[in-house]
Amino acid sequence: MRNFSFAKLWSGAWPAVASVFLALVVAGLVMVVTGSDPIKAYTSLIEGAFLRPGTDTRPTAFLDTLVSATPYLILALGISLAFTAGLFNIGAEGQLYMGALASVMVGFLVKGLPPIIHLPLSLLAGAVMGALWAGIAGWLKATRGAPEVVTTIMLNYISYSVVNFMVNGPLRHTGTAPRTPDIEPSAVLPNMLPSPERLHWGFVIALLCAVAYYFLVYRSPLGLRIRLVGANKEAARYAGIQVNRTYLITMLISGGLCGLAGGVEILSLYRFMPSEFTTGYGFDSIAVALLGQGNPIGILLAAILFGALANGAGYMQFSSGVSNYIISVLQAFIIVFVAAPGIVRDLFGWIRIKRAAPALPAKGGTK
Amino acid sequence: MRGITKRFPGVLANDNINLDLNKGEIHALLGENGAGKSTLMNILYGLYQPDAGEIFLNGKAVKIHGPRDAIAQGIGMVHQHFMLVPTLTVAENITLGMEEQKGVLLDVERPSAKIKEIAKKYGLEIDPGAYIKDLPVGLQQRVEIVKTLYRDAQVLVLDEPTAVLTPQEVEGLFATLRTLVAQGVSIIFISHKLKEVKAIANRITVLRQGRVVGWTTPAEADEAKLASMMVGRPVLLKVDKTPAKPGGETLSIKSLKVMSDRKSVAVDGVSFAVRAGEIVGIAGVEGNGQTELVEAITGLRAQTEGAIVMESHDLPRESPRAGIAAGMSHIPENRHKFGMVSSYPLTTNLVLSTFDRAPFTKNGLLNDAEIEKNARTLIKEFDVRTPNEFVPIGKLSGGNQQKAVVAREFSRPMKLLVASQPTRGVDVGSIEFIHKRIVEARDKGAAVLLISAELDEIMSLSDRILVMFKGKIVGERETAKTTREDVGLLMMGKV
Repeated sequence: MRNFSFAKLWSGAWPAVASVFLALVVAGLVMVVTGSDPIKAYTSLIEGAFLRPGTDTRPTAFLDTLVSATPYLILALGISLAFTAGLFNIGAEGQLYMGALASVMVGFLVKGLPPIIHLPLSLLAGAVMGALWAGIAGWLKATRGAPEVVTTIMLNYISYSVVNFMVNGPLRHTGTAPRTPDIEPSAVLPNMLPSPERLHWGFVIALLCAVAYYFLVYRSPLGLRIRLVGANKEAARYAGIQVNRTYLITMLISGGLCGLAGGVEILSLYRFMPSEFTTGYGFDSIAVALLGQGNPIGILLAAILFGALANGAGYMQFSSGVSNYIISVLQAFIIVFVAAPGIVRDLFGWIRIKRAAPALPAKGGTK
Repeated sequence: MRGITKRFPGVLANDNINLDLNKGEIHALLGENGAGKSTLMNILYGLYQPDAGEIFLNGKAVKIHGPRDAIAQGIGMVHQHFMLVPTLTVAENITLGMEEQKGVLLDVERPSAKIKEIAKKYGLEIDPGAYIKDLPVGLQQRVEIVKTLYRDAQVLVLDEPTAVLTPQEVEGLFATLRTLVAQGVSIIFISHKLKEVKAIANRITVLRQGRVVGWTTPAEADEAKLASMMVGRPVLLKVDKTPAKPGGETLSIKSLKVMSDRKSVAVDGVSFAVRAGEIVGIAGVEGNGQTELVEAITGLRAQTEGAIVMESHDLPRESPRAGIAAGMSHIPENRHKFGMVSSYPLTTNLVLSTFDRAPFTKNGLLNDAEIEKNARTLIKEFDVRTPNEFVPIGKLSGGNQQKAVVAREFSRPMKLLVASQPTRGVDVGSIEFIHKRIVEARDKGAAVLLISAELDEIMSLSDRILVMFKGKIVGERETAKTTREDVGLLMMGKV
């Protein structure tokens, strides 16, 4: 972080900011075309995500946004780490599932431990499970050159089935709905504030992950190895870095984070494993990671944005009458603009050139 | 060309340049990389528009808006990297973009006839039906020349035309150029090779930092004078070195067999040794297995047979890490692919293989202070021209990138140096510097394996020369007891 300057910070951040801005504009146009009022929709969205105060029965809007941001943050850090090595971990969702399952299993199968041991052990189980699950893809990539894009997607489907089988079969509790028994109280990731607030210690864990991410990626030799492999694999190899090994390690850590996200989510909010745990977090977090541009603070802000969209959507629909599907439209446009930085650059570059046109004659236009 | 000036952001690439080309002469444009030769020629070819100045052709001011204009005015250009489609025939390549039709079909006969006519007139024998991919480099270049003549070029610009040729092919090219000139074609010959400029040019214009620093003729200026004009200070052309005092074998290669990317045998059972304190040069036309040989030795490519032994230990297959650990330094031929991470700053690039050791890593974290100090030291010692150590290495000029790579590789304890094309794309001043460092490394007891397509480089640096042809070592010579011509014949496989 030497040579820090706000100009540099902005040059890194502006494509993300511009993408969000453009997506808001385009989604707003969609609303206008479909006969809704975008101003009203956005106002109520902001209200529902950030401004509504809590009551005796309702949590504070902003704190609940942080609850929604928690899994996004941890998952996006994991996905972003893989990006750093030039790997595309689309398997975050599956790693989240397997992590959640492992955490729940340790949570209700192990009994009689004090919380100080049981809770960390349950979280660790989730992280290890996620790491192993992603590690399969990492190992196939390292030893067989199998593209991780394909293997991680495949592993997603396997994980859904594994969870379904376990929840409907060996781990099914005695009630009517297919789900596991509740975890022991000693494995619960507790709330930080009294009810009805839902903010739990998982958010702090997520923040700690972001700090750890910074030190790992930007301050440690392993992080530099990962970055060099991502920046120029051949040069990394030339310099004696074991590229395949680095791929495997990266996938292990990436999957570990995603598994931890599953553990955090399940041990705090659910406290059992349902059969349908289709959060979609693992896929939305790819967008969060892209938006965060590899910077932990950027990823934090992007996670809060996505948390806000998720958290504010319901109130927006209720208060402005705009369907909350517009949130999906908005997210999709954010992804489009982030993934195609050329569009954003051309658009804004074009505006800038037009503004500067009188002072700067076009190239080759004059003698 | 009169008063040509061209500015790029931050650089004055051409500063009020005047250049006269008489009919039927070969005019050499001599200068280091970045001196402005290419900019000037790109202006002539219409790729850039000058900020000031005019171009006159046969006494008439002309405006050249693009290559199409340039061709229409009779200006032809042969680029350093050929613009040919390997899977098409000679005739198809030559007519590309100006195909003639017979009804709705392509007319192949008329162009072929015209090509034969040109070939006869200028003594450029070429088979119009041959496929480019089957032709040796020298003939491919001939196709490029015929291509410009087919478009009725009267002014021919050749950009570093000898870079890819053997000495014998260079002789062939020069003969061709003399014939062309005799027929009234005028030639601009761009080069940084003094010997060739002296041999072929009628007049010489020397450029330095975007300015013309002098006009001269081969008769008036010797190589030393041309070099000092180019660089702006006296240059040592001969490498100063004492006879080698070789010690024990540092590297020994045993019946090495290596495949190319296309799964054909690139290195075919090669054995040799390099002793401590000697420079062994591998001469050969590019593409005869040198690249694969170097990649195998440095661990970037797995050999299919044979062993690489360093100080009596077999190196594991395909492990650059093991090579580095054994004391191997490697200046790679392709610095963009292997030698550097363009988007990363000099600081990182200068510790690329050592950042995870002390003092660059302390208590498990990178130690920026030491990494930056190392960069500043090396930048100073190796005269890397850069605003500061945080500049991404990709933003530096080629010569400075190369100096940075050399600096990094020399900054580790070194038992063996594998230097592959160590001065490619580097200016004369830096070449002198890099050569000096290589000889110093030798004198300090390192074994040096030098691979270069520049025969002059091999001849002036090596103590012993091995010649590679079609994947085999076809000859070995003591440098003191051989000649350029002798080695040149070996390079063509004539043992």
